Amino acid sequence: MSEMFSTLGRYFEMPTVRYALIVGLLIALCSSLLGVTLVMKRFSFIGDGLSHVAFGAMAVATITGVTNNMLIIMPVTVCSAVLLLRTGSNTKIKGDAAIAMISVGALALGYMLMNIASQSGSGRTSGNVTADVCSTLFGSTAILTLSIADVWICVGMSVIVIAVFLIFYNKIFAVTFDESFAKATGIRSDLYNLLIAVVIAMIIVIAMNFVGSLLISALIIFPALSAMRVFKSFRSVIICSVIISLLCAFFGIIISILAGTPVGSTIVSADIIVFFIFCLTSFILRRGK
Amino acid sequence: MSALLKCNNVSLGYEGDVIAKNLNFTVSSGDYLCIVGENGSGKSTLIKALLGLKPPVSGNIELCGGMGKNEIGYLPQQTMVQRDFPASVREIVLSGCMNRCGLRPFYSKEEKKLAHDMMRRLEIEPLTKRCYRELSGGQQQRVLLARALCAARKMILLDEPVTGLDPKATNEMYELIDSLNKKDSITVIMVSHDMNAAVRYASHILHIGGKQLFFGTKEDYMNSKIGQAFLSVMGGEDDE
Repeated sequence: MSEMFSTLGRYFEMPTVRYALIVGLLIALCSSLLGVTLVMKRFSFIGDGLSHVAFGAMAVATITGVTNNMLIIMPVTVCSAVLLLRTGSNTKIKGDAAIAMISVGALALGYMLMNIASQSGSGRTSGNVTADVCSTLFGSTAILTLSIADVWICVGMSVIVIAVFLIFYNKIFAVTFDESFAKATGIRSDLYNLLIAVVIAMIIVIAMNFVGSLLISALIIFPALSAMRVFKSFRSVIICSVIISLLCAFFGIIISILAGTPVGSTIVSADIIVFFIFCLTSFILRRGK
Repeated sequence: MSALLKCNNVSLGYEGDVIAKNLNFTVSSGDYLCIVGENGSGKSTLIKALLGLKPPVSGNIELCGGMGKNEIGYLPQQTMVQRDFPASVREIVLSGCMNRCGLRPFYSKEEKKLAHDMMRRLEIEPLTKRCYRELSGGQQQRVLLARALCAARKMILLDEPVTGLDPKATNEMYELIDSLNKKDSITVIMVSHDMNAAVRYASHILHIGGKQLFFGTKEDYMNSKIGQAFLSVMGGEDDE
């Protein structure tokens, strides 16, 4: 036991480990905020679609060799969010199909571009496509590659996401709970839907480097689903999902450092375990009544 | 009595299919308008059009007399989405005050007090911290009405407010709506199947069925041919 702590202590003396922890916790915090909204508004599939788009954008960014991937990924993902929301609100089936089309298309194109780039040796590809693709899809196996600039970008984006969420908290609730009521009583719900979609896109982009584009949805949705099992008001569900998300991220990162497992999947595993614990709790609470 | 809402030659429908056409009526301040008609005659669609949720196929609906969209309350028919939503009664009622906030991000003291008053008035005060999804149908309806009342400063639109309520709760609901109209002078527009209640409480009746069959005061309606015919068919039976 003490050996484990001393190993941890040694790790925390390294700045890269501290960066990883800061970034991980910020991502966990941001992604859990909008989980309930995503689940209740049936936006989960948009989150999933967007993460695939972000993967495609990442591939393009890698090939073109832009100094900062964010410059391409962020605008592309945000635009796609707006686009998906537009088509999704018209008719349901068309929206679903559009999302499937865009997300799978982005995935295929992204993979192809990465292959082409590595064959021609252009851009910043490492020559090992499988490893590149794997780390964009499932997150980097080593989280200790973050630079101080990455940390600052993440801090800045997180501050924006959290500020937007706090300022529009009541409006997000109104639009999530009953959109037609909100619209009927003079609230510009289209605008807030757009805001929600843009914020989701931002969260996905921030989280992508860390847990990988395939696992982001899990990070957003699991804490909310767990909290909804037990808690009963919107506010308590959100507070609870933030706490769950932070704890899972913290322990996920520690375990991944100690055991050498990939960060993203370790955090998501922790989220899944918590989900089952909450399911059990709600079952017991209900039986107890 | 100033006009608050005008419908000029409005036609309603879905993707080219017109289900109600040539609707012309005016709602004035203090009116209690009941919209009646058979199933599928476009009553709920009309409410949605009046609220601006669904644009009319042709014609126009105007709000006048200085009334803004954010002075309208709305009691929707319950949808399934809301039923499993994790929200407390207080949070939901308070969200009715949202349209008073404008750009202000948080609720003011007065708005919180208003929400509290409405909960007391609808006797759901003991439920304040309860979860919406655990309430009975009648309690849920009261919560949504409290929310609508918070939003309604000049006008309230109710879509089948008594669906799923037992006879006692139904009566209480009607009395409450009546007192809103008489005491608080809030203009009421209600869709109902219940003809007895319509002729008992309403001041005006709009009867639609493909087109506008009747619009006028309740007294005129009861004396009209269509009114008497419809009353004899629908009057005796309850909504269920």
